[in-house]
Amino acid sequence: MADDVVLVKDFRKVYGDTIAVDGISFEVQRGEIFGLLGPNGAGKTTIMESLEGLRQPTDGSLNLLGVNPTRQPNRLRNLIGVQLQASGLPASMTTQEAMEFFCAYHQVAPRPDLLLRLGLGEKLTSQFSTLSTGLQRRLALALAVAHDPPVVLLDEPTAGLDVGSRVELHEVMRELQARGTTIILATHDMAEAEKMADRVAILLKGKIATTGTPTQLTATGSGLVKISVSSEAASLLQETGIFPEVSQQLIKDEYVIYYSHDAGETVPAILDYLKAHGDHLVDLRVERPSLEERFLEITQPDHSNGGMS
Amino acid sequence: MTAFFHHFMYDFRTGLRDKSLLLMNYLFPLGFYILMGLLMTGLNPTFAPTMIPAMILVAMMACTLLGLPNPVVESREAGIFRSFKINGVPALSIVTIPVLSSCVHIILVSTIITFTAGPLFKAGIPVNWGYFVLVLLLTAFTFASIGMLIGVVSPNSRAIVLFSQSIFLPSMILGGLMVPSSMLPPTLYRVSLLLPTSHAMNAWKGLAFGMEPAFDPRWALLILLSSGMIAFALAIYLFSWDSKNKQRDRNPFLALLTLIPYVLGAIFLVA
Repeated sequence: MADDVVLVKDFRKVYGDTIAVDGISFEVQRGEIFGLLGPNGAGKTTIMESLEGLRQPTDGSLNLLGVNPTRQPNRLRNLIGVQLQASGLPASMTTQEAMEFFCAYHQVAPRPDLLLRLGLGEKLTSQFSTLSTGLQRRLALALAVAHDPPVVLLDEPTAGLDVGSRVELHEVMRELQARGTTIILATHDMAEAEKMADRVAILLKGKIATTGTPTQLTATGSGLVKISVSSEAASLLQETGIFPEVSQQLIKDEYVIYYSHDAGETVPAILDYLKAHGDHLVDLRVERPSLEERFLEITQPDHSNGGMS
Repeated sequence: MTAFFHHFMYDFRTGLRDKSLLLMNYLFPLGFYILMGLLMTGLNPTFAPTMIPAMILVAMMACTLLGLPNPVVESREAGIFRSFKINGVPALSIVTIPVLSSCVHIILVSTIITFTAGPLFKAGIPVNWGYFVLVLLLTAFTFASIGMLIGVVSPNSRAIVLFSQSIFLPSMILGGLMVPSSMLPPTLYRVSLLLPTSHAMNAWKGLAFGMEPAFDPRWALLILLSSGMIAFALAIYLFSWDSKNKQRDRNPFLALLTLIPYVLGAIFLVA
């Protein structure tokens, strides 16, 4: 497709006897946020590092804006910005030095505006080791995007951050996306992927188990909808197996939780039951499965809700 | 060029900013120099004439063997070199810049020692300043290259201690710093020629201080130059960005090639 920025075709990476990535293919389009999800050892980091030119594919091809990452590393440098999972900066380097250092190697002017935007304005002379985890992550992001690359690769960008810092980094990602930057996001955080990614690929043992938009993925799972009900007289607590389409029933605090194949059938039946028993509804919530639940269904089928039914 | 300059300035400042590097680059050699000046000049009358080159060599070894290699291993282990690679920092800069900045630290300490040892401790002063500076620059380059090579081939900090001390300790005892090499028994004298310090002392004595050299000092210069160039070339060749990525794995035992000029010297320079 003409607007494909990243093309991965039949990519395979083997370390000795271990197959880290086993013939995967995907493409990422301009301005898209593409999430790579998977348990530890699924192959996320190998894919990211191969796209960054740090590892050579055993088989298959990688292409970023027409550039082969391992064969054309010099052309790749200004096309990508990378926020590594590990710090990647010397402990004694100050914030300002880091900006000057990396911008000099990218042959662009330093970007003090980015440091201010990310709340590092008062930390220009602070050494990297003295910054909090949140500030270190912000600096890493500032350095990754300072040369305005068309593709940004983020490896666990919000790991270990407080809520405020996470929200702020998500805002920056949205700003980058609005400017047409393509983002590849490797994360363990399902809520982050669901909120930020336009499409995700769930990796399992080096293969893509499934791919699609978060909405598509959650819709194609077990199909169970979570219905949580609380009533004044708690009449539902004593009843089991009386409502249609319910595959599983749990009690948590004052709520009865039903996993239903068809909320349209189950919810009216619950309301009718309450009315018939003179009970009054206090709270009723209908939730579609989250990406996290879908992820667990795929990666740990024995531990997901679908598997318990 | 701007990037190289920024990188060099950062690396040089780190040598002053980092406490352990500050210790190895300045505090330890200058403290040792003052201590030796106070003690040895009284105890050993043969020490004062060669005090300046001896104390400069201690400074060189502290800076390059005890200080330089550790940040190389730490940066590799912490993924800093990977980050550098992604951002276009060439391997040549990563190897060259610490060698150059170490040389600058050595020159600064050597300047302090050279211009204070005479007035403070009645140390011998160079009679040929041109050769004095030539031997200083050549020896600093050789030691810095060896230090970088140790950092490049060492898998961890323990290995650095092993490799560095295998040069540092024999050099302190046999390298002609505290007692002249000519006072050593013949076998130990031959062993001492495996050490860069012995050749540096011989070159300084013969060319810069107007003293009788043990052998032609031009051979010493050639041995220092060739071993420095071999060590520097091997440091570039053996450099790896990432300890986990064995893609560019090369045999670290190649580093032993740096010893060839010294082995030849130990064989052919002893009458």
